[in-house]
This record gives sequence, C-alpha cells and structure tokens, in this order.
Amino acid sequence: MSNKTIQQIEDVVIKFAGDSGDGMQLTGTQFSNNTALIGNDLSTFPDFPAEIRAPQGTLPGVSGFQLHFSSNRIFTPGDACDVLVAMNAAALKANLKGLKKGGIIIANTDGFDSKNLRLANYPEGVNPLEDGSLVNYQLHTMDVTKMTREALKESTLGMKEKDRAKNMFVLGFLYWLYDRDMTSTLNFLTEKFGKKPEILDSNLKSLQAGYNFADTVEAFSTRFRVEKARMEPGTYRSITGNTALSYGLIAASQKADLPIFLGTYPITPASDILHELSRYKNFGIRTFQAEDEIAGITSAIGASYGGHMGVTTTSGPGMALKGEAMGLAVMLEIPLLIIDIQRGGPSTGLPTKTEQSDLLQAYYGRNGECPMPIVSASTPSDCFDGIYEAFRIAVNHMTPVIFLSDGYIANGAEPWRFPKSDDLKPITVKFKKGLEEGEDQFLPYQRDENLVRPWAVPGTPGLEHRIGGLEKQNITGNVSYDPENHQMMVKIRQEKVDRIAEHIPLQKIEVGPEKGKVLVLGWGSTYGAIKSAVLELVAEGHEVAHAHIRHLRPFPKNLAEILHSYEQVLIPEINNGQLIKIIRDQFLIPAQGYNKIMGVPITKGELVARIKEML
Amino acid sequence: MSTTTIPPQPLTAKDFATDQEVRWCPGCGDYSILKQVQTIMPGLGIPRENIVIVSGIGCSSRFPYYMNTYGMHSIHGRATAIASGLKATRPELSVWIVTGDGDGLSIGGNHTIHLLRRNFDVNLMLFNNQIYGLTKGQYSPTSEENKVTKSTPFGSIDHPFNPMALAMGADATFLARSMDRDPKHLQEMLKRSHAHKGASFLEIYQNCNIFNDGAFEVFTEKASKPEEAIFVEHGQPLIFGAQKNKGVRLDGHRPVVVDLNEGQFSASDLWIHDEQDFGKAQILTRMFDDPRIAGHLPRPFGVFYQIFRPTYEEIMSAQLQEATAKRGPGNLDKLLAGNETWTIS
Repeated sequence: MSNKTIQQIEDVVIKFAGDSGDGMQLTGTQFSNNTALIGNDLSTFPDFPAEIRAPQGTLPGVSGFQLHFSSNRIFTPGDACDVLVAMNAAALKANLKGLKKGGIIIANTDGFDSKNLRLANYPEGVNPLEDGSLVNYQLHTMDVTKMTREALKESTLGMKEKDRAKNMFVLGFLYWLYDRDMTSTLNFLTEKFGKKPEILDSNLKSLQAGYNFADTVEAFSTRFRVEKARMEPGTYRSITGNTALSYGLIAASQKADLPIFLGTYPITPASDILHELSRYKNFGIRTFQAEDEIAGITSAIGASYGGHMGVTTTSGPGMALKGEAMGLAVMLEIPLLIIDIQRGGPSTGLPTKTEQSDLLQAYYGRNGECPMPIVSASTPSDCFDGIYEAFRIAVNHMTPVIFLSDGYIANGAEPWRFPKSDDLKPITVKFKKGLEEGEDQFLPYQRDENLVRPWAVPGTPGLEHRIGGLEKQNITGNVSYDPENHQMMVKIRQEKVDRIAEHIPLQKIEVGPEKGKVLVLGWGSTYGAIKSAVLELVAEGHEVAHAHIRHLRPFPKNLAEILHSYEQVLIPEINNGQLIKIIRDQFLIPAQGYNKIMGVPITKGELVARIKEML
Repeated sequence: MSTTTIPPQPLTAKDFATDQEVRWCPGCGDYSILKQVQTIMPGLGIPRENIVIVSGIGCSSRFPYYMNTYGMHSIHGRATAIASGLKATRPELSVWIVTGDGDGLSIGGNHTIHLLRRNFDVNLMLFNNQIYGLTKGQYSPTSEENKVTKSTPFGSIDHPFNPMALAMGADATFLARSMDRDPKHLQEMLKRSHAHKGASFLEIYQNCNIFNDGAFEVFTEKASKPEEAIFVEHGQPLIFGAQKNKGVRLDGHRPVVVDLNEGQFSASDLWIHDEQDFGKAQILTRMFDDPRIAGHLPRPFGVFYQIFRPTYEEIMSAQLQEATAKRGPGNLDKLLAGNETWTIS
C-alpha cells in the first residue's frame, strides 16, 4: 500500500467543470452528498448553461458545480476555488480566473486535443497544459478518457457509453484525494442503475479505477482531510432550496390538515418543485401540469375556493403572466401561494442564472391597488421555514402570499438540521361550517379583528354565495360601484395586509452591534455573502451589522427603528436596486446600494471591499 | 368536506333565483337561458350547496350572480381553468361553466380545449352570440367573414371558428347545440349535459339584440326554423322541413339534402343519427354552411356526440389512492429525514 500522508485542512472550494454532457452536475452532487455525510458544513453552487446540449467543447457549453466544504461554519459556496477539475479546454478557460493562485488544476488531457483547443478559442498551436502558462498553479494532468476505456476494456458497452463513465473516474480520484469512503455513491449507483447491470458495472469500475489511480500514481503524495464542522448538535441531511421548499409545503399541509393542489407550468428554475411534489401523492398532494402559467394559477384559485391549499410555482416571465389572476385572488380574499423562483430577466433573460429582480414585480406588478404579503428565503434550507410561514399567513389571513426564492438557493445545497414534525408550529384552519345562531344571512365579507373574512367553501349548506373580481360591497360582498365603498375597500385590503405585521416576528440583527456605523440590509439569497463579510469585519473590530429581511411585505414593525440605529445603510442586491427603492420610499433614509447584475451571486470579498468604503 | 344533505322540501326554480337585480339588456337571449337553467335545476336532485357556477368575463358571465348556488364571476377566459382546479379537488360538486364566444374561444380558447381533452366532469355552456357585447360591439371569433362592426368598418377579414368542430378536435366527450329561443330543447340539452359524466360542451345560440340582432334568426324564427334547423335525435333519421319532407343522406362522407316526396328516397335511406359514431359526428360538426348561400345544408341542433372516457378527477383520485395503498400514508418525519443523515453531538 502507498505510504502517502494525510494533511488536515479546514476549508476547501472545488469547482467541477466540463462540457454539458460530461456529467459534472452529477459528480458535484455526489461529492457534496458524501461531504455532507462526513459532517462538514457545505454550500454548493451549480452553474449550467440554458441549452440542454450547447455545442460540445465550446465555452457556452461549460457546466460547472462549485462546492465549498469546511470544518467551520460557512455561508457561501466560496469566492475563489482551491481545486479546479477541468474536463476540457473550454472548462479551464472559463474557470481559471476563479481559481486561487497556487490552486490545484486537475485536467483531463483528452479534452485538450487540437479540436477542443480550437473550440475553446485558444490560438492555433497553443495548449495551456504545455506552454507553461499555468506555472503558478499545481497542475495535474491525466488522460481520463483513456484510463476509463482501459478500465472498461472487458465491457461489451459501446465506446460512447464507456466514455459516459468518465465523470465517475474523476469522482473516484477526488474521493481518494479527500480521504473519503465511497459507500454513498456506491449505493446511489446501485439504486440508479440496478436494472442495467452493465451500466452499473461500468460506473463502479470507473469509480474504483479513479480511486486506485490516485492511490498509485506518484504525483500525489498527500491526501487531505477536513474534520467534521463545529455545528449545532443534531441530526443533519443535505438539502437544496427547491427540495426544502417542497418539504415545507408538505409539512405545512400535514400540520394544517389542508391538502395541497399545485397548479403550475414548467419553467426554469422552478420545475423541480413540480417534480418533487408530484412524487408525494401518498401525502394527498395533487399536482396539475396546466396548459400555461395562467391556468396554473387559476386552477390553484379554483382549488383554494374549494377548500384546498392552492399553490402555483413559477419564475419571472410566468409571474408576469399570473398578474391578473393574483388580482382576482386579492379580490376574492382566499388563501393562495405564488412561488417565484427568480432568474435573470427581463423577458426570457438568463433562465439558468440567478437574480433578485422580481421584488418590484411582486410588490407592484398588478393592476389596481393590489397589496399582497411577500415572504422570502435566504438559504436553501431556509426555503422550508419560509414557505411554512407563507402557508400560515395565507391561511390565517385569507390572502394570496408571494414567496420569493431564486435560482441560486433553489439549486444550491447545504446541511439542514431538519425538524421533527412534532416541533413544527401548528397551523389552524377555520372553515365556516354554516350559519350561526342569530345569523339569518351569510355575509361573505364580514371581517374579524384582523380584517379577515370567513372561508366558506362550496358544499356547505346555508352559505351559498357569489364572489368575483368586481368590486365588493363591504360586508355583503355584493357587486358595488359606489365610489365611497371602493375607497373604503381599497383601504381595508391594504390595512388587512398591514396588520399581518402584528403576527410576524420582529426583525433581528444577524451579526454585529445593535447600533453603529453601517447596517448591511439584505433579503433573499445574498444572506451568505453578507453574513460572511460582516462576520469578517466585526472580527476586525468594525461597527458593522447585518439584518436580513424575511418578511418583505409587510415589514416587521421594528424595521424603522433598526434602520435609524446606524449612520449608514447598505443594501446589496442581485438586481439594479429594488429593495432599496422600497426602503427609501417607506423610511425616507439615504440607503446606498451594491448591485451586481451578472447572473451570479455576490461574493464575500467584493462585499467586504464595498463596506470598507463606507467605514 | 363533502356533503350529501337533502333539503327537506323539494326545490323550485324560484329557489335558484337570487335577490340581485338581473342586469342584462331588455330582450337579451341570456334571460331565457337563465330561466331554463333555473327551471331544470330542481329536477337534478342536487342540493344547492353542491352546485357551483363559474364564469369568466362578458355579458353571459354575469350569470352566477343570479343563481342562488355557490358561484364565482372570475376573470376573462379563465373560468374553465378555475373550474378544473375546483373539480380536481372537489369531485363531488356539480360544476357549471358559463362562458361566451369571446371569453371561451378567444381569450380563453386555450383553457377550453384543455378542459375538454382532460375530460373533467363539468358542464360548459358556451353562449354564442357572434359578437362582443360587453365591450359594445366588436366582432368575435365566431363572427362571420366580412362582418361590419365597430372594429371592422371595412368588414372582418377573420375566418370564424366552428365551435363544435373545435370541441370535437379537442376530443370532447359530449357535444350538443341548442338555442335561447327554444326553451324546451334547451332544457333537454341542459339535462343531457348534466347527465353526461365527463366534460359536456353545450353551444347555445344566443341573440344579442343590441349589437348583433337576428344573428341566428333563420334558425330560431318560426317561418325559417323548420327549413334551416335540423334537430338530431339518437336512432332517428335526419329529417327536417315544415312538412317533414326533407332529409339528409350520406353520399360517402358527403351529406346531401334529399326530398322525401320525390319518391327516390324514403326515411330508411337517410342518415340515422348515432350519438356514438365519431365519424358521423365529425360530419355533423361540419354542417356549418352560411345560410345565406344557396344550396346550403341545414344547421344541426341536439346532441352530436357522446362517448365515455374516465374523468380527470377520477383518475387523479385513483392515483392518490394507489400511491397511498402502495407506500402507506405519508410519514412526514421519514420524508424530512430522507435516506442519508449524519449526527453531530
């Protein structure tokens, strides 16, 4: 056996990069799950092209998966990489700038032949693996294709199918390098390919061949080990945002004893919620792939009207299409969840890239005075808590609720200390069961102390009534064109949403002093970058704090007080400045922005630099 | 949540009227349709609370306000999609959709065809007046070519939809046509629509006396009705004419009008209507000639076609039951934990 040494390290960022068809997302996910199981803290960032199969070997075709794992608490997938796995020349070219100086490059030489070099736009005759341009990095080259084929020489599979197992060779190699047990991937492959023994065998052999190669080859004398992270005690699993969101819906449905109907139309990056929920019919979940975005939300409205929890999922362009129906739900005053997994816009924009650019649409993107509560999530696992909260608000306040996530946290993964169902807050659903004593007529727009009207569903004798999108007469719900009534109803609908502020938690400070020089105010997926940056600055002794808003409408009651406790407020967003407009409007403070609109998350490093300008 | 409460007294048409003032234009065909619906409702034996009427936008879509049942006057074109979500979750309810030629075939055309192919057990009433009434007189997707309206001062250049052929193309399981001016026939068609298990598509010719008066008068007026309208009945030959002297015969796939008095053909030579015959139903939907053109065929009324296919909500419920039987009822704690966990102490 080899006499190689093991070195303890705290923190690693690996980027797996290759052609869209190279299986990099799968490799990354497998390595992440394995990492989670050994108890490291982790954060992932899948980054892939919009095209299903962009032209092979080209720069637009590069698919990447970044993984950050550590024995410390971490909150982002990392700014720069320690290790870059480049399956071809385009993958190297596209990702080299994100690699730390002195970082490790693991390059598949077969992906650097003259054709691949040409497709990656390297000048004629230039091969970065050979021309010394990578002298500042630790370059390890290997012909993955050749060795995979060699490992599978006895297989009867065709060459193309053999080559598909290349990613497993690389994965095996990395498992050796980070001193891992490969059981999780063995189990995964056995489950996935159990019915196709030849393919299973090729994957297993290739995985083992990669591991053995690393163990044998002279170039690598050191293996790395990252100890378990010092995280809160408890039982953890790895979870992505869209899965956490799906589980949050199921959990809320179970706790509220209110079945879910999902009416939706497939759209990136929200479709995974449909895929996930459609698997859980034994939880009483109905999923309906509608003919378009509008039918998605309107079928959900029909379900809510019938006494189920209507849910619709979408992304920016679909959100725009749902606008009119959201207005109907506001008029009807029934529970509904509109889930927007934001992506780069406008129009089709950047379907697979992240952006926080639907906040103003969520706030104002409908005809008429049309207020709706808005709840957001800040990390993958936070999608569970966020949607659970949105569900509660929708039911308790008889209102449609918008939930904002984005592509970054929807696809990203992190460890999750999942709750026990008994520990989840109960959600109470009240249907009106019939006319009460002394009540001779049902008044569908009679309100309680929270201005909430009763939920009276078809099938309930004595409560037959008509509702619709025309303005309602106060209390009776009859159609009314009366000017005074309209003014009053607009104010009531606004006040109803505003009063939700009495039923949500106060805004808290994540990190830093309760008053001081700079407050960094964020929402959504910028959480990790802001928290890491502020932690670093606080450690350096600066008076900087971080507050992160879950409830964007209405805001927590104490937000004004918090905003006024700091000399300056910085609002970083992955858009051209949206929350900042609302904050300036509602609180009249000269907040400053940090806006990155490149389809990628804000990094800790750039944020630290920006905050320092204000100190 | 389902309820099977039987009201103590038999209901009457009046029990289905509301206290809201009916606000269609005087003389509108919608009044008759409302009356026929209110008339047949008590006989269906469904408690009022289990009936839901969903409409979109347009003159006809005011309908739910005048029916003392559950009702929703929704947004333009979407009643069909709203009804889909309602029926998927509450299969025991009797769901009626009221829509018009603009609402159901123009802005909501997409949802209409998808509702039909999915075969939700709902009753869709398409009030066709071949005009936009609520927006005051623009041509609609069923308006005839060259129609002069406010938006087409030089005549419409749109080719009109044939609603029955469209529904047939969407694999509707029940297709029927009736008219506002024939209460008895309309009542019969409403009852048949209700009795059908699956999506019922009922086109109702409805006169808009303000913006398109007389659009169907050749089919509805006493003088011309017998010559222009043919009422099809299952198992009966296609006979029409004031003297019952004309018939429709199939020459291959081509319908031909024949004179029964000439001696060449008798009733037994005619096309015998068969509601289950897909091919013939298709021909029936294509009997859509412009009545102003000489030699045109009469326009059919009645049940064109009816077949049985499982309803969407039945299959959906069955999948849920099957999944529960196979895997057991969902266990939230198991779901949250997943397959791979680790513990930090």
